[in-house]
Amino acid sequence: MINQIYRLVSPRQFEVAYQDCSVHSDDVVVRPTHLSICAADQRYYTGSRDKEVLAKKLPMALIHEAVGKVMRDPKGEWAVGTPVVMIPNTPVETDDIIAENYLRSSKFRSSGYDGFMQDYVFLKRDRVVPLFPGINLNVAAFIELISVSMHAISRFEKTAHSRRQTFGIWGDGNLGFITSLILKKKYQNSRIIVFGKTPYKLDYFSFADDVYLIDQIPSTLRIDHAFECAGGIGSQYAIDQAIDHIHPEGTIGLLGVSENPVEINTRMVLEKGLTLIGSSRSGRVDFVNTVQFLEEHPDVLEYLEVLVGSVLTVRTIQDIINAFEQDLTTSWGKTVMQWEI
Amino acid sequence: MIYAEILAGGKGTRMGNIDMPKQYLPLKNKPILIHTVEKFMLNDRFDKIIIVSPKQWMNHTKDILNKFIGHDNRLVVVEGGENRNESIMSGIRYIENEIGLNDDDIIVTHDSVRPFLTHRIIEENIDNALKFGAVDTVIEAIDTIIQSNDGEMVHDIPVRSTMYQGQTPQSFNIKKLKELYYALTDEQKEILTDACKIFVLHGEQVKIVKGELFNIKITTPYDLKIANALLEERTTE
Repeated sequence: MINQIYRLVSPRQFEVAYQDCSVHSDDVVVRPTHLSICAADQRYYTGSRDKEVLAKKLPMALIHEAVGKVMRDPKGEWAVGTPVVMIPNTPVETDDIIAENYLRSSKFRSSGYDGFMQDYVFLKRDRVVPLFPGINLNVAAFIELISVSMHAISRFEKTAHSRRQTFGIWGDGNLGFITSLILKKKYQNSRIIVFGKTPYKLDYFSFADDVYLIDQIPSTLRIDHAFECAGGIGSQYAIDQAIDHIHPEGTIGLLGVSENPVEINTRMVLEKGLTLIGSSRSGRVDFVNTVQFLEEHPDVLEYLEVLVGSVLTVRTIQDIINAFEQDLTTSWGKTVMQWEI
Repeated sequence: MIYAEILAGGKGTRMGNIDMPKQYLPLKNKPILIHTVEKFMLNDRFDKIIIVSPKQWMNHTKDILNKFIGHDNRLVVVEGGENRNESIMSGIRYIENEIGLNDDDIIVTHDSVRPFLTHRIIEENIDNALKFGAVDTVIEAIDTIIQSNDGEMVHDIPVRSTMYQGQTPQSFNIKKLKELYYALTDEQKEILTDACKIFVLHGEQVKIVKGELFNIKITTPYDLKIANALLEERTTE
């Protein structure tokens, strides 16, 4: 079968590429239905990555957050039409110690490897996780992002000491919202404090116990553990503040991606005996845990609906461009493309 | 019921010296017809996918389907007719005899030599055939269309913005198509090169679905070269 792949060839320019794909391999064939735009996609789309990176990685299909429906399962385990979430991380080996998303050999869709903007996506069968009936597919579209938070929290849980009365989350964007929401659900008796720089964004965090603007944090405020979900130039300030306000022996989960090196106050990290855990992307186990978590907590799904910024139907390449452009002008929430191309 | 009908009745007279009909020629090591059939197989709305083949190529068609796809209950090969519309009717006769025809049954007919079609084109054909009863897939004309009645002199140059080029699929309510086709005179049937025209001749509406420039019909060695070139593009690993 000839598959259409909608690739970014240079900033703001998409073209169709054609690839011969075998319907009769062991791969599961999925028709994408809902695709969600990530900041990482936007860095390619707008050309804000390094020139060398762009030259090396483009042309490439963007999008690594998406759900679809199974159109063919060679093993017949999933019925045609079964809604599934697709996993962008694609390992080529296994390791007893290193998780699939940290193996340097793993491929990641929309980062040097074609993403989900395709007519049909061909995946190894362990790269799809079935969804439960009734899930809002516009929310499900960004399960990948939710799984990144789930992954970071599960890493934290393996390492951090057991006093977990107060959590501080830096970042009032999508990742901060999701991370603090999951923490609130998992640690219902703990205080969840969110630190951000945009008042109207902090207003969305109704479930949090406290929210603070980052220039109005009481100097006496203390937290047991912290999560940095700021990213970009905000990372450094967020990590600095977390180090200042955290109790000794606390753990700081680092999730925000920054294009530039970040300075860290190691003197205080040493003095307080802090643990910093780097966390990036997610693997199959995180997707499975995330889907299960969402099924068990329908109220979390309802909260996450607040993150659905706009839903746009895509039938042409111009519609794709419009969706990316609109996403750039949106300051809150995710842009979801209903994939009808 | 929703049917697909892949028209593989052509005998390839336009493909130069090659004797094998063009739909059986390889594109990336697979017959063009197989590429096309696979795209339809990935759409779960079709109850049956009927492949219409020239009589002398029936065995060959079945063989390559077996070889490249294997057994699939939805696939069936039927013998084509004298021309395009008679071939479409062959498929419809199969439905009538083997399954039975209902009022709202539709058929999505498609050239076997257009393997580049997309999920959207198929979906919009189905949706609009159910709603309007007849659908044509077209793209806006890029070149100016010239009308000449004798091939020597220009007789008309229609306004380009109202001109479109027909592609396939073309999709129809089956009962309506049958009724209108058999109401045509032999003379009218003679000059029909297009199934949608059956509706237009009777003053019936035909809904337009937007095709794609790349939904090309591989009928000449030049087209085959282009199709191969399109598939040669760099792929990410």
